[in-house]
Amino acid sequence: MAECHPVGFQWVVEARARGAKVFHVDPRFTRTSALADRHLPIRAGSDIVLLGALVNHVLGNELDFREYVLAYTNAATLVSEDFQDTEDLDGLFSGFDPETCSYDPKSWSYEGPAEHAPGETLEGGLHHAAAAGADRYGSSGAAAHPSPPTDPTLRHPRCVYQILRRHFARYTPQLVEQLCGISPEDFAELADAITANSGRERTTAWVYSVGWTQHTVGAQYIRTAAILQLLLGNIGRPGGGILALRGHASIQGSTDIPTLFNILPGYLAMPHAHRHTGLDDYLAREGGDTGFWGNRRSYLVSLLKAWWGEAATEENDFCFDHLPRLTGDHGHYTTVMGQIDGTVKGYFVVGENPAVGSSGGRAQRLGLANLGWLVVRDLTLVETATFWQDGPELETGEMRTEDIATEVFFLPAASHVEKEGTFTNTQRLLQWREKALDPPGDCRSDLWFYYHLGRILRERLTGDEIDRPLRELTWDYPEDGEHREPSAAAVLREINGVGPDGRALSSPTQLRPDGSTTCGCWIYCGVYAGEVNQAARRRPGREQTPVAPEWGWAWPANRRILYNRASADPEGRPWSERKAYVWWDAERGEWTGHDVPDFERNKPPDYVPPEGARAEAALSGTDPFVMQSDGKGWLYVPAGLADGPLPAHYEPHESPVRNPLYGQQANPARRTYPRAVSPYNPPRSPRFPYVLTTYRLTEHHTAGAMSRPLAYLAELQPELFCEVSPLLAAELGLANGDWATIVTSRTVIEARVLVTGRVRPLRIQGETVHQIGLPYHWGWGGGGLVTGDVTNDLLPLVLDPNVYIQESKAMTCDVRPGRRPRGRAMLDLLEEYRHD
Amino acid sequence: MTERMGFFTDTSVCIGCKACEVACKEWNQLPDDGFVFEATSYDNTGQLGASTWRHVAFIEQTRPVRTSGDGDGGVDRWLMSSDVCKHCTHAACLDVCPTGALFRTEFGTVVVQEDICNGCGYCVPACPFGVIDRREDDGRAWKCTMCYDRQRGGLEPACAKACPTDSIQFGPLDELRERAADRLESLHAEGRPEARLYGESPDDGVGGAGAFFLLLDEPEVYGLPPDPVVTTRDLPSMWRWAGAAALSVAGVVAVAFSGGFSGGFAGFRDGGRR
Repeated sequence: MAECHPVGFQWVVEARARGAKVFHVDPRFTRTSALADRHLPIRAGSDIVLLGALVNHVLGNELDFREYVLAYTNAATLVSEDFQDTEDLDGLFSGFDPETCSYDPKSWSYEGPAEHAPGETLEGGLHHAAAAGADRYGSSGAAAHPSPPTDPTLRHPRCVYQILRRHFARYTPQLVEQLCGISPEDFAELADAITANSGRERTTAWVYSVGWTQHTVGAQYIRTAAILQLLLGNIGRPGGGILALRGHASIQGSTDIPTLFNILPGYLAMPHAHRHTGLDDYLAREGGDTGFWGNRRSYLVSLLKAWWGEAATEENDFCFDHLPRLTGDHGHYTTVMGQIDGTVKGYFVVGENPAVGSSGGRAQRLGLANLGWLVVRDLTLVETATFWQDGPELETGEMRTEDIATEVFFLPAASHVEKEGTFTNTQRLLQWREKALDPPGDCRSDLWFYYHLGRILRERLTGDEIDRPLRELTWDYPEDGEHREPSAAAVLREINGVGPDGRALSSPTQLRPDGSTTCGCWIYCGVYAGEVNQAARRRPGREQTPVAPEWGWAWPANRRILYNRASADPEGRPWSERKAYVWWDAERGEWTGHDVPDFERNKPPDYVPPEGARAEAALSGTDPFVMQSDGKGWLYVPAGLADGPLPAHYEPHESPVRNPLYGQQANPARRTYPRAVSPYNPPRSPRFPYVLTTYRLTEHHTAGAMSRPLAYLAELQPELFCEVSPLLAAELGLANGDWATIVTSRTVIEARVLVTGRVRPLRIQGETVHQIGLPYHWGWGGGGLVTGDVTNDLLPLVLDPNVYIQESKAMTCDVRPGRRPRGRAMLDLLEEYRHD
Repeated sequence: MTERMGFFTDTSVCIGCKACEVACKEWNQLPDDGFVFEATSYDNTGQLGASTWRHVAFIEQTRPVRTSGDGDGGVDRWLMSSDVCKHCTHAACLDVCPTGALFRTEFGTVVVQEDICNGCGYCVPACPFGVIDRREDDGRAWKCTMCYDRQRGGLEPACAKACPTDSIQFGPLDELRERAADRLESLHAEGRPEARLYGESPDDGVGGAGAFFLLLDEPEVYGLPPDPVVTTRDLPSMWRWAGAAALSVAGVVAVAFSGGFSGGFAGFRDGGRR
């Protein structure tokens, strides 16, 4: 966190000054470790073992916050008789189809008559998995029975609590030592600290970043933390939570108003070409009818009204058919394969540099070279725009400029200080920024680009039916200045939405399913409440309460902690004075407190939903997780995940270690691309004996296009280096400051050597396992004052099946002293490795 | 003089982000130092110099640690410290400056006036900390001004402004000394007896630094002199001796002077750094 989020880390420093104890779990001793109370070096790719053992520690010693767990989680819920665990099936859950490598989640559902199961569960997982279905549940939950049978004594063998106990029983401190390389003493210190620091009086927070997500089991890493935090009562309470640190400014914003292929704004599912015939059919199949997702018709219809205005009417399904449709996986890596295969002809690359920044750079560049046209918008001439004249494949002879037919358009972009708009940070906080100066030359904002591209396209439309969706689109924003810059504030107001009177709405609860309201993203409704740009508020913290509700604006409804009903006990009283946050004021008949309650303001704690109630009315006064169809925090996930209802430890796709827990070595549902262009290192291969992990440094940003051209940053970390332990350096003859060559089945790169005791060999299953660290900020161009080989070229193309994130945090490699061979000789070396 | 202002650099909360180095260079428009991989932990700018007025040192320390690993001497402490000009109470650089380019500001800081400095370089060996340095291209001496221009405009120095963890604190020196004493006390109470202050005492060899530090180890570990003494301390007594001897050797001096002037200064010109 200190490495990649130094500004945010100030709050960790401050918490520590107030007595917080900080543990840092990381393969390397980093700048974060330097300020932590304790650093636990861990083998990259083994975190579920550590987290699972903590869960087991809590369950085995009954250290859970029982009152919280019983009232607010699905611990007591009974699961279908058909469910079989990884303990029963040697590493598989029930419902696995080895042919498609995907799960049918039907057997994972709660106990209850099958006809009550939601359509999605009944349909099976293949469609769901094929479109990264789980990703759509970013802020919500999949549909489940709203009120399944329970056993509040937690003794029933098929209640979630007992299933968890059995599932994690073999995740012991000894296993942690064997697989993570963390000693039982260190484990005990961590386990004691987090359990002692949870409960009524205290809370513990977990903070993670892409070190948890970029694995073939990434989503399940976070799930394991969620189970632990729910068991300890650390969700929805101040000082608790699982805090995701995003990798770029406004990455949260780019999932809320998505740049992802499978969701619409506000985590509404993108319709599927073959599964959804019309609006009613879509709404019936996507999500449950209880909880706040029960209002999804209002959210979607308001979105359609924002996009197609007058043209969207009840009679034409509010132009639902104008929406694009999925036919399957259209994710980043599948798109690259489509380019190589010649089925993807055109490509927009905006503020991204896949030729250097994505896994398997060679495959990326082969794809780019096979396009008809390519548009790159960036601050500098990034490698993605220049691969055809200076890419590494020219040096090896794999590509020749004259053979590349791709027509490349490079459009210079305005930087964040040269345009106005909002950033949405990891805390869901929207902060408005003003334009500080005009962009130079031809540089323009993204808003300008898309607005005018749309305008020009619309001028060329015909009366043809195929042009109707674009023709009927609302596309009118006030323009300003000689370049006709559209107003970002007007866009934000459109996102906020308006009511029948044309005035800005103030809350998503005002949205209607009848077309009388518009809203570009239902969770952002209220950001323009009272016709005021709430994101632009900058009242200093010292002039308001510690929650600081008047700094910027957080979705939803300016709530700073989600599900904060859980900060009060079932009767609505704070769990403790120390941790009081929101509570029920019986006299006034409303929820109140330091934050905006994430609950219906006047729903009393003793509210019991009437039979047949829907949406939020179907949740009781003690159901804090208002987006879930049963209002509970899910320890066990009956639907919505592609690789199992519970996390299980699987080794990374490439690992030097055998999975001792199950016969199943790696995540059975992981997505692979078995192609010659980007082969895999065999598991436990002696040719690739070392664990490789990749990361960022404080001094640079991502692939370096924003930092390598800047002298003051480039001088601070001028060259690509690999971090190796003194022991490995001695074994391999690597000299500090000298060169090393790193090899995987994908490619061969060179880096300077940094020998450091901050990287430690670990004892894993009685053997010494060496880990090597590589930052990934260098490339051959990008306007860099400093350049270097591309670390990401080493990476395998293998993905988490839920969200299609690549496994860039744990793989295998070989290391040799000296510089790499050049040209053809490099390919010869690679061939040796591939066939040995 | 208004209140004496200073820096208190609390290295116990430094995260080595180098925002101070970058902010300093941005504000003062300093040149880069070249792009050289030094292979010394995460430090690639080496030391304070004519164009590096804040420098973050990275010290990896190996100690016996509890680990199930091979015990090959893993690092368990990574010290980071942002070094800067000490703005001494008794500043030798200022004492030896023949042109008056170096002066004591109204904030009690020591600043070089770039339009007066003639590049004689006397100040370079005079500094007991090795801070001030000449630039190879223009020959003049440069160092931290504690952002004199920003202070004149009522702003805190760029490094302190940029520091995310308040490792670099700026303020009236007396107040900083109190704050540092409190911080030291609380670290000692936490069971960290190795914490110590450096440069805060008016009784030390430079009369107390205007920029002082909280360190977690001996000063030498950070590349700081353990007991710095203003190099001009003995000047008054030296002058007394010189005065007494002057009459008797006047003739000899005159001969030496006429023969060795230019060669005598040449040695200083090599003082620049990479």
